Amino acid sequence: MWLELQDVARSFGSHRAVDGLSLQLARGSIGCLLGPSGCGKTTALRCIAGFEPVDRGSIRAHDRLLAQPGLALSPSERQIGMVFQDYALFPHVTALENVAFGLHRLPGPSRKRRAEEMLATVGLGDSGAKYPHQLSGGQQQRVALARALAPEPELVLLDEPFSSLDIELRERLSAEVRAVLKSLNTTALLVTHDQQEAFAVADVVGVMNQGRLEQWDAPYELYHRPASRFVADFIGQGVFIAGEIVGGNSVQTEVGVMHANGSGTWERGTAVDLLLRPDDVIHDDESTFKAEVCQRAFRGAEFLYTLKLPSGARLLSLVPSHHNHAVGEKIGIRIEPDHVVAFEKK
Amino acid sequence: MSAIGRADLPVRSAGTQSQWQGTLLAATLCLPALLPLLVIATALISPETSVWSHLAQHVLPDVVANTVKLVIGVALIAGTLGTSLAWFTTMYDFPGRRWLEWALLLPLAIPAYVLAFVAIGFLDYAGPLQTALRSVFGSSAWFPPIRSTGGAILVLSLALYPYVYLLARSAFLTQGRRVLEVAQTLGHTRRAAIWRVSLPMAKPWIAGGVALVCMETLADFGAVSIFNYNTFTTAIYRAWFGMFSVHAALELSAVLLIFVFVALYLERRSRSGLRFANSRDMTREPPRFALSGPARWLTAGYALVVFLLAFFLPLLQLIWWTIQRAAQDLDARYWEFAMHSIVLAASASLVIVAASLTLAYLLRRPHTRFVKAAVRTATLGYAVPGTVLAVGILFPLVIVNNTLQDAMRVVWGSSAPVILLQSTLLAVLLAYMARFLAVGFNPVESGLERVTHSIDEAAVGMGVSGARLVRKVHVPLLKTSLTTAAILVFVDVMKEMPITLITRPFGWDTLAVRVFNMTSIGEWERAALPALAIVLVGLVPAAMLVRGNRHVA
Repeated sequence: MWLELQDVARSFGSHRAVDGLSLQLARGSIGCLLGPSGCGKTTALRCIAGFEPVDRGSIRAHDRLLAQPGLALSPSERQIGMVFQDYALFPHVTALENVAFGLHRLPGPSRKRRAEEMLATVGLGDSGAKYPHQLSGGQQQRVALARALAPEPELVLLDEPFSSLDIELRERLSAEVRAVLKSLNTTALLVTHDQQEAFAVADVVGVMNQGRLEQWDAPYELYHRPASRFVADFIGQGVFIAGEIVGGNSVQTEVGVMHANGSGTWERGTAVDLLLRPDDVIHDDESTFKAEVCQRAFRGAEFLYTLKLPSGARLLSLVPSHHNHAVGEKIGIRIEPDHVVAFEKK
Repeated sequence: MSAIGRADLPVRSAGTQSQWQGTLLAATLCLPALLPLLVIATALISPETSVWSHLAQHVLPDVVANTVKLVIGVALIAGTLGTSLAWFTTMYDFPGRRWLEWALLLPLAIPAYVLAFVAIGFLDYAGPLQTALRSVFGSSAWFPPIRSTGGAILVLSLALYPYVYLLARSAFLTQGRRVLEVAQTLGHTRRAAIWRVSLPMAKPWIAGGVALVCMETLADFGAVSIFNYNTFTTAIYRAWFGMFSVHAALELSAVLLIFVFVALYLERRSRSGLRFANSRDMTREPPRFALSGPARWLTAGYALVVFLLAFFLPLLQLIWWTIQRAAQDLDARYWEFAMHSIVLAASASLVIVAASLTLAYLLRRPHTRFVKAAVRTATLGYAVPGTVLAVGILFPLVIVNNTLQDAMRVVWGSSAPVILLQSTLLAVLLAYMARFLAVGFNPVESGLERVTHSIDEAAVGMGVSGARLVRKVHVPLLKTSLTTAAILVFVDVMKEMPITLITRPFGWDTLAVRVFNMTSIGEWERAALPALAIVLVGLVPAAMLVRGNRHVA
């Protein structure tokens, strides 16, 4: 494995910022640590970069031991590039000199050539002579990426790389950054609290909560097969409705019997909560199940309806926007889950 | 566009008539600074050949060499002290860092001349240290002489390093520790990153601080005269009082001004490099770097030694001397010195704050280029040494006085009253205004900048306009800035020595003049009482600065 974290822990006083983090990243793949603020993802990144020591566990890159308790390679020896949240470009030198900054081991001419090459790779070939304050936010971001990539690091870390950009630019740039990383076959680990960003850039995403990694998986799996209630809640939209195991993996709910997949081995009669995503709830006039519209949000191509079931439980449903129903109306629904995910009731 | 008529806004309306008034006002207020410069420039363009050749032969070689040595030495040492202390206190944690961080600003309260006489009184041959050394070792001949170039450089560096410390500190605080991390991820060690990133990024600030230190060193009169170290300022003083040669004084001033303008140019140029203050998210600032055991104590020890030498020990020595001599010195004459100092300082702050407010309002409304240039000229005096301003003000004043006197004689004959404009408080106040207008103007201007035009418009919208707008809205909003300006000017005037010495009316001895008189006859102990009073007053702005800086940290 290219990057390997084993049971890494880091505490500040009594606060366990990172608590038993293990993950593996293959060469050329892009990983992401996703989680709410304060979940420990930035601390994890700083441990990998070498700005924080580890209290427990080990970090290896390319089979080289980077850190374990009592041992920490200095950041300058790790060959790990980093893109900072505020870019942290050096304001007193040009974009080109920023990119060339990490190329101090190359002789002068090839250094300049390499820096120019990197700027061209991120689409800023003609902005080398400009100073950071003359560049837009998005351009500064790309210079920061070029600077981190120029010394051909073994791994690139990106700390909330898009958070200071506006939403439109964020989407475009995240696609661009992924393309650049992939074209250079760079191994990268990104940290963010924004799942759209995580899904747009990363091959594999880890959801962190209170210092622990809840699940390390492909985005699709995170969405459809969340391993914990926290992941189910944090990723995507959805609601839980109450149900009861009626044998095997079958769950009886107020909207019908469903078959939970996975290795669920629950006893008959166990009370569970079933995750239903808005796209699992299909609007169907023919259906016998009726639910009352109690809120609607128009999203252009579709409506997101909040529906009330007879028991008072709520459901979310994504419906094509030509089905225009007023609040208070009762509409027919059908549950068609691809993946039924259930968690035992607490 | 708002429906409010423009005429309701006093600060924006600018008819042709008020334009003219503004121009006239600005021109008048810049005269105290402009006049000395013009007088001295004339001396430079048309020198008296005999005086000039005497100076060039007997005075200048010595004075220029001394001044250059002093300025370079002080710039190097004060620059190193200020930058390194700022670096340690912003980047690392060490024992005592929390209080040393602000305590290192306190030496600003001690004028260089006070530090100078305390150092000599303590370290000279007859001082307590060498006396003690002799009683132990029999001889103290090996002890380096304090009255030397090195001694003068050291004392001025300890007095002036806070300027560099203050500016370098704000540079390191704004650039943050993040840039060092960036450099490390790019394969530079932290040590290399200091030289390759942090210092180059902070260069405009450090250069600005060092330029200020150079200007202060060039302007210093008190400390060098106590050291008997012959520089431009002491030479001008001697030419004026000793040789009674106005032309020698003016020509020396002219050469000194060339040095000053080099420093001023460097300072102005460094300011243009300050454009890249990018806003950063301070909450994500990485923690202070840890220092290894011995390095922690070495760093703490270094900062502590500077603080002790530049502030604590001199203060202690002053207090000790004062206690010894207070019974003898604390008489009616002492209160008269204090009263003179207070009267001068208070009237100067009143005049300067009023002038600053006027100039700031002139700049706030639509103004011509002339007004802008006049304001810049008026505030240029902070760079010009006090001796130069004093000579440059007195000389034209004498001419005006004599012309007036002649005119009066023509009209009234021999019964005409005798006037001596040059020996009135007018001369002192004009010179103070030239020297300290910038001190008062800067806080007032930045205070007025916060009173936006939309505040005016909102007030006018509620029916408050004209003089009532100024009284009810502007004055309350400006109160802090005006107070700050008044305090800063007051304290600077209290500390001021050469202008007061040269331009004061006969008998108008102040605390600073008393310090000069006592130190010039080597009575260090008797200079302590007035010096202590000056230091205590000086602690007020130092404390204000400390408070302002704590919020940043």
